[in-house]
Formats: sequence, C-alpha cells, structure tokens
Amino acid sequence: MKEGVIALTKRFKVVLNTKWCKSCGICVEFCPKKVFEFTSDGKVRVMREEMCVGCRSCELRCPDYAVEVREGEEE
Amino acid sequence: MLDIKKYLRLSKLPHIWCPGCGNGSVVRALIMAVDKLGLSKDEIVLFTGIGCSARTNVIVDFNTIQTTHGRTLAFATGFKLMRPDMKVIVITGDGDGAAIGGNHLIHAARRNIDITTILINNSIYGMTGGQYSPLSPQGTYATTAPYGNIEPSFDICKLVEAAGATFIARSTVYHIQLTADLIAKAIAHKGFSFIEVVSQCPVGYGRRNRMRTPYEMLMWQKEHAVLVQQAQRYSLEEMKDKFLIGELFVNKEKREYTELYEELRRKLAEGGEG
Ligand SMILES: Cc1ncc(C[n+]2csc(CCOP(=O)(O)OP(=O)(O)O)c2C)c(N)n1
Ligand code: SF4
Ligand code: SF4
Ligand code: SF4
Repeated sequence: MKEGVIALTKRFKVVLNTKWCKSCGICVEFCPKKVFEFTSDGKVRVMREEMCVGCRSCELRCPDYAVEVREGEEE
Repeated sequence: MLDIKKYLRLSKLPHIWCPGCGNGSVVRALIMAVDKLGLSKDEIVLFTGIGCSARTNVIVDFNTIQTTHGRTLAFATGFKLMRPDMKVIVITGDGDGAAIGGNHLIHAARRNIDITTILINNSIYGMTGGQYSPLSPQGTYATTAPYGNIEPSFDICKLVEAAGATFIARSTVYHIQLTADLIAKAIAHKGFSFIEVVSQCPVGYGRRNRMRTPYEMLMWQKEHAVLVQQAQRYSLEEMKDKFLIGELFVNKEKREYTELYEELRRKLAEGGEG
C-alpha cells in the first residue's frame, strides 16, 4: 500500500423523524453548519446534509429525540 | 454511542410536550446517566407526581409510578423502605416539588433517605396554564402575576441542603452533559441527593417573559449560569442576576435512613431493646 496524503472526509447521514419533530427550531440554531432550515410553512427539514461534520449537537439537543446522525461510508 | 431508544417506550412517542419544552432533554440527561452507570432498566423505579414534569414517566421504560400532586416523595419513601435494593428516582416540578410538595421534600432530605430527586425548574406551573411558583424569580410575569411577581423566590438547593440532604447540585438544560454527569453522581451517592435542573417552558413562561423561542431560553440559561469552580471570578454585584451550577454540596458522613432502619430491625429481631 502506498502512503498517501489523501484526506478522508467522513460523510454523515442526518435522519429526521418527521413524525416526532415539532419544529421547535433548536437544531436549526445549534447546528454549526446550517444543515437544518425552516420551510416556508414553518417545518424544520434537513436541507444541507452534505455539510454535516458529525458533531451531534442536533441529536444531543433535540428535546423530541427526532434527529439521528449516522456515520456514512468514507470517500 | 448512546442508543436512547433502548430506554424509551416508543409507542408513547411523540410525547405530549410543547415544541422546545425542556422536559424531553431532562429525560435524555437521565438516560445518559443511567447508561453511563450501566444500570439495568429493571433496577430503577421512577416516581413522579402531577404536572408536565410528571409525564416523564410515560415515555421512559423503567419501572414507573405516577402518584398524587406533591406527594411523590412520600410514596417513594415507603417504596424505598420496602425495597432498599432498588434505585429510586423522583422527578418533580417547581410547583409539584417546592409548593404543594415542599414539606415532603424537606422531610425526605432530613431523613437522608437514599432517593435521587430531580426537580425540573421551569419557573412556572406549566400544565395548569402559567401560574407563578415559589421558584419564579421576583419581577417575572405569570398569568397570576400580570404586573410582575412581587414574591421573592426560594433558593431550593440551599433549602434542601439546610434540611439535611447529602448531595446537592444544580444544572440547566443548556448544560445537558453536565446535567447527565451530575445525575449519575447523584444516583451513585448513598443518601438523599437533589438536583435542580433549570429548564424552559416556552409556552407558559418564555412567551410572557420576553423570550420568544426555545433557543432564546437556552441562551438565557447559558448566560445566567456560573460554574461553581469559576464563581470567584465574579463580583457579588455580577452574581446578582446569575446562579451557580455544578456540584454544590456533598456530605459522606451522615448515616442513610434505610440502613439505620435495617439495623434497628435486626436488633429487635434478635430480641434486643432497640
Ligand atoms: C391536589 C391538586 N392541586 C392542584 C392540582 C392542579 N395542578 C396540576 S399540575 C399543577 C402545577 C404543576 O406545576 P409544576 O410542578 O411547576 O409542573 P410543570 O407543569 O411546570 O412541569 C397544579 C397546581 C392538582 N392536580 N392536584
Ligand atoms: S430540535 Fe428536534 S424537534 Fe426541534 S426542530 Fe430540530 S428535530 Fe425538530
Ligand atoms: S451533527 Fe452537527 S453538523 Fe451535523 S447536522 Fe447535527 S448539528 Fe449539524
Ligand atoms: S406547558 Fe410548558 S412545561 Fe408543559 S409541556 Fe408545554 S412547554 Fe413544557
């Protein structure tokens, strides 16, 4: 195997359970990468999953257990 | 990674709390603590009373008992005497625990019975529509204080300490990891342990007190809480509108109630005079 300097960027899946989410906006404010956004009808949705850095702040702070961050495959 | 669903009754979700209510986060902190301690769900009994805070035991998959308003610690005391091997945890609110239940609280503390009490302080009676409680800060607004509350509030941690509890801590929903760590310490402590968790009721309290969103309420907690280890950096003047968080008091000397009770029972069973 060659020693490389290829940066391995981890990808994350941000899974929002829309049945449990109450669109309180906490994850929208605490996510450092602005992954979540309010839609025009006031619902919170995952808009920029590819920006996620896996800090799990959303998961930790969601009072409704509606977000799960999963580690995806490495690129 | 913590698999929180392992500890929840999934059929009871989504829970009934309002958007952004802090109760769900306190439940998460409790589960983080239980998971950290490696306790099984079956060795825990969670008692609650009445109020939004009491609905915590609908969603948590421990042994759960809901009792009457304010009397939770009386039920929990009876149970703990019968089953001292079980981990008894009480979740109460600022109305449930400090108003109608204040008397039970000080006597459970005085006995130093091995129960962990988590008081969710959202500064209001949430369930009944936003009446002020003995923990609502002076000057804040409630349905029963439309011109501002003129009553001074209790420092509930000092009150419970003075009453005889042997582990006292305070945290907030914003400081959720600290809350989980303190709950774990409290459960591990033998004796009456008490944690006040400053929480948010966006609907009954936030709206009336110039905090429009759950996020603003969390930031209020962040800005007004001072870690006890850092308190000396602040002047008395600066501390006036702030509160301490962290482990506030521990006493490992005082004897625990169910142990004393068991000793007495043994002595009498052996024909002694007590
Ligand atoms: C004996 C009795 N008195 C009054 C009530 C009405 N009541 C229900 S919940 C509640 C207040 C709860 O406030 P708190 O403990 O702060 O809980 P929260 O709803 O904010 O979580 C009151 C007064 C009752 N159910 N039983
Ligand atoms: S914090 Fe949870 S409930 Fe609130 S908007 Fe985000 S996912 Fe929904
Ligand atoms: S894990 Fe962090 S970066 Fe990813 S969505 Fe959640 S808060 Fe945003
Ligand atoms: S009224 Fe307040 S305490 Fe009760 S569920 Fe709503 S936000 Fe939570």
